[in-house]
Amino acid sequence: MASTTGNAETTPDTSGGVESGDGVRRRDFINIAAVSAAGVGGLAVVYPLVSQMAPSADVLAESTTELDISTLEAGQSIKAVFRKQPIFVRRLTPAEIEAANAVDVSSLRDPATLDEITKPGHGNVLVVMGVCTHLGCVPLGAQEGENKGEFGGYFCPCHGSHYDTAARIRKGPAPTNLAVPDYEFTSDTTIVIG
Amino acid sequence: MSFPWAKEYQPQNGLTKFLDEKLPLPRFVYNAVGAGYPVPRNLSYFWNFGVLAGFFLMLQIVTGVVLAMHYAANTQVAFASVEHIMRDVNWGWLMRYAHANGASFFFMVVYIHIFRGLFYASYKPPREMIWLLGVTIFLLMMATAFMGYVLPWGQMSFWGAQVITGLFEAIPLVGPPLKTWLLGGFAPDNAALNRFFSLHFLLPFVILGCVILHIWALHIPGSSNPTGVEVKGESDTLPFHPYYTAKDGFGLGVALIAFMTFVFFLPNMLGHPDNYIEANPLSTPAHIVPEWYFYPFYAILRAFTFDFILPAKLWGVLAMFASILVWFFLPWLDKSPVRSGHYRPLFRKFFWFGLIPVMAVLFVCGGAPAEEPYVMISQLATAYYFLHFLVILPIISSIERPDPLPFSITEAVLNSDKKAVLGENAEPAV
Amino acid sequence: MIRLVGILIGLGFTFVVLLAFVTGAYTAATEETTESATYVFHEEAHSPESGFSFDGPFGKWNLTQLQRGYQVYKEVCAACHSLNYVAIRDLQQLGYSEAQVKAEAATLQVPGINPDTGEEEMRQALPTDYFPSPYPNAVAASAANGGKIPPDLSLITKARHDGSNYVYSLLSGYQPMPAELNQQFPDFEVPVGGYYNPYFESLVIGMAPPLAADGQVTYADGTEASISQMSADVAAFLTWTAEPKLIERKSTGWPVLGFLLFATILAWLAKKQIWASAKPRNASGRED
Repeated sequence: MASTTGNAETTPDTSGGVESGDGVRRRDFINIAAVSAAGVGGLAVVYPLVSQMAPSADVLAESTTELDISTLEAGQSIKAVFRKQPIFVRRLTPAEIEAANAVDVSSLRDPATLDEITKPGHGNVLVVMGVCTHLGCVPLGAQEGENKGEFGGYFCPCHGSHYDTAARIRKGPAPTNLAVPDYEFTSDTTIVIG
Repeated sequence: MSFPWAKEYQPQNGLTKFLDEKLPLPRFVYNAVGAGYPVPRNLSYFWNFGVLAGFFLMLQIVTGVVLAMHYAANTQVAFASVEHIMRDVNWGWLMRYAHANGASFFFMVVYIHIFRGLFYASYKPPREMIWLLGVTIFLLMMATAFMGYVLPWGQMSFWGAQVITGLFEAIPLVGPPLKTWLLGGFAPDNAALNRFFSLHFLLPFVILGCVILHIWALHIPGSSNPTGVEVKGESDTLPFHPYYTAKDGFGLGVALIAFMTFVFFLPNMLGHPDNYIEANPLSTPAHIVPEWYFYPFYAILRAFTFDFILPAKLWGVLAMFASILVWFFLPWLDKSPVRSGHYRPLFRKFFWFGLIPVMAVLFVCGGAPAEEPYVMISQLATAYYFLHFLVILPIISSIERPDPLPFSITEAVLNSDKKAVLGENAEPAV
Repeated sequence: MIRLVGILIGLGFTFVVLLAFVTGAYTAATEETTESATYVFHEEAHSPESGFSFDGPFGKWNLTQLQRGYQVYKEVCAACHSLNYVAIRDLQQLGYSEAQVKAEAATLQVPGINPDTGEEEMRQALPTDYFPSPYPNAVAASAANGGKIPPDLSLITKARHDGSNYVYSLLSGYQPMPAELNQQFPDFEVPVGGYYNPYFESLVIGMAPPLAADGQVTYADGTEASISQMSADVAAFLTWTAEPKLIERKSTGWPVLGFLLFATILAWLAKKQIWASAKPRNASGRED
């Protein structure tokens, strides 16, 4: 491939920075464009490499859980699994509701009323993640005979966080109430979480 | 090392000055693949394939690490975990097809790199060490590729593992216990799959280490070139950057177009359908073949069908290993004072009309079923293969009269219009 | 010395392999080779008359065809063949709504555990479940089919050469054994429990013609269910099950190739321009 421009005296010129008119600048432009294209290509490759670590389709497909609470009686809890994490559903007794409503909301670390935590019309069904907001342990209190803590709700044994009957943090290191997942009642006895 | 006229690295700002004092990495890169490495100015596009091989090694490592995040090395779930990658993992299909076809392209590029070395006798002094490291890399690649092919736990994976470990059985006395030891059992199973996965993850980094040594060794005498005449002065060389970085960048673009065509449009063309059937230890596929890049060596293995003193199977195994090991001895088998095939008329004829067609025949026969006429053809080709390296090459290197060499690379370049020596790839224009 | 040893070793290997060649050639010359019936009468797979919509670099799924194919699988193939790697939720890719997929899942039974007693029992499938196998295990599959296990169909079109066409040709290719075959190979016969099919490797397949009559399936979209149509539909469906990302893959490929072509042209221009300045100073590199 012999091009015949120039003469044999030219020395390799790699600077490309000589200001000698449009020609040089156009040549610079080609180099910059080529390097930029390589950069764009390299960046484009990063996208699939990053996104492959995000949840895969089978994991995402399991991101909703359907629960039947028709057999759940007042004072009882069930422990289910939502996104590979425990979830607590408790049907509150009138006494527990009363205890929850008796608290002065402004005195709470993470102020919320029971009504805000539950769904309208289902104020006696408490649905929360069974994951302590401190460091992610599973609190006790969802099963018969477990320690419910000083406030009759849930108790995390790892670092002693006490939650009340509305799953609000009352004592201990946890910064917030137990998280409430996105859920809805598709019928009076069916909850769809996620 | 290097040439006295090599440009010296000049740190430009505070940061690079600081680095240059504390950890001269920029200087290292500058001298290795930057303007500080003078390269013969007459390299053809055949000299692109070393950089391409490096690229495909890195591609395999990156996609491989990604796949290992999703793969499970257990015979119960290995096949299903690959399907999980193909169906559910985000871009998993792309990662897997890039890895599978990347292996093929890695070998393709390395084969061209090796045969460029054979034609231009790049293995000759002072570059013996580069060549020895290169053959070592090739052997490591073969081991890595073989073990990688077992991981999906398809039919070809399983039976490939069975057949290749079965080769070790041919070794007298220690063979059968050696095979059992390699597999950690009497047939390929969980133990084998797990150790293959472990080694398949490890060996690429060993290859990477050997590649660094390969490039280090290269920088001592500097790159060879199509004339085979050593660099004599500054006018014979160009700085690697920007000349060869630009050329390698273009070459990489062309290679990527070919590669992506396979990944996106023909991803299974180089694979075998049987590997989409889960491994079944009770049923052997009709034709067991390795991946295409092993065909020539598989053909040599199967060419030995006659018990002569030793059993045929042992002959086949010996010949297959010898066919690669013979490359280690090339620097001492080829005694010609001239390197480049362009100036060696007899050598050139045997290369183009002997070795290359014979390799092509071995490629075809290795992939064909073990029936006539393929076996007979591969026997003749195998005979030539050994004659070429062990008999013809030593003899012609003694008897042939090489063509006159150009005085220098510069002279060859300036005369390239008159002499077709450098072919159309005689890059630097006159 | 190395060269002498090398020449001896080279001649040694050559001698042994040529011995093998001579004996092989002698055998080939003296023994009559007989052609086998499978070699002469086996036919290569061919595509349906109008081809498949997903063929070629610009192919697309024909979703209604995939849905018809699913129907054929469900009503015919699923009696014997599993679809292990396909999840029921994947059906949404065929154009079914979430509710339809849920309803479809509810018609399927998968192995489960009674939450109260822990006993194994069948339960209604959820979209996240995978398609259930028709047999509880490989032994049962083998026992129910005369010793042959019906292969899983998830990957069948990738596990056979030219798979989509193969499935189509095989399903629509059952025929009586040709008379010429009998004349040419009198020993060849179709054993009891076998069926002649020139697209099957050994010519005799253990699977009874699954699509035996036109109209065997009643398509919801009113398409006439000829054997050829049903075969093509199920072949298309099984192409999807084997490679659900086929179309996504091809349609990603074009922009990638386009960009690479653009970048490579730029790289070529840059290379040309950089090399334009690379001229040897003069002819006298000589320093003598």
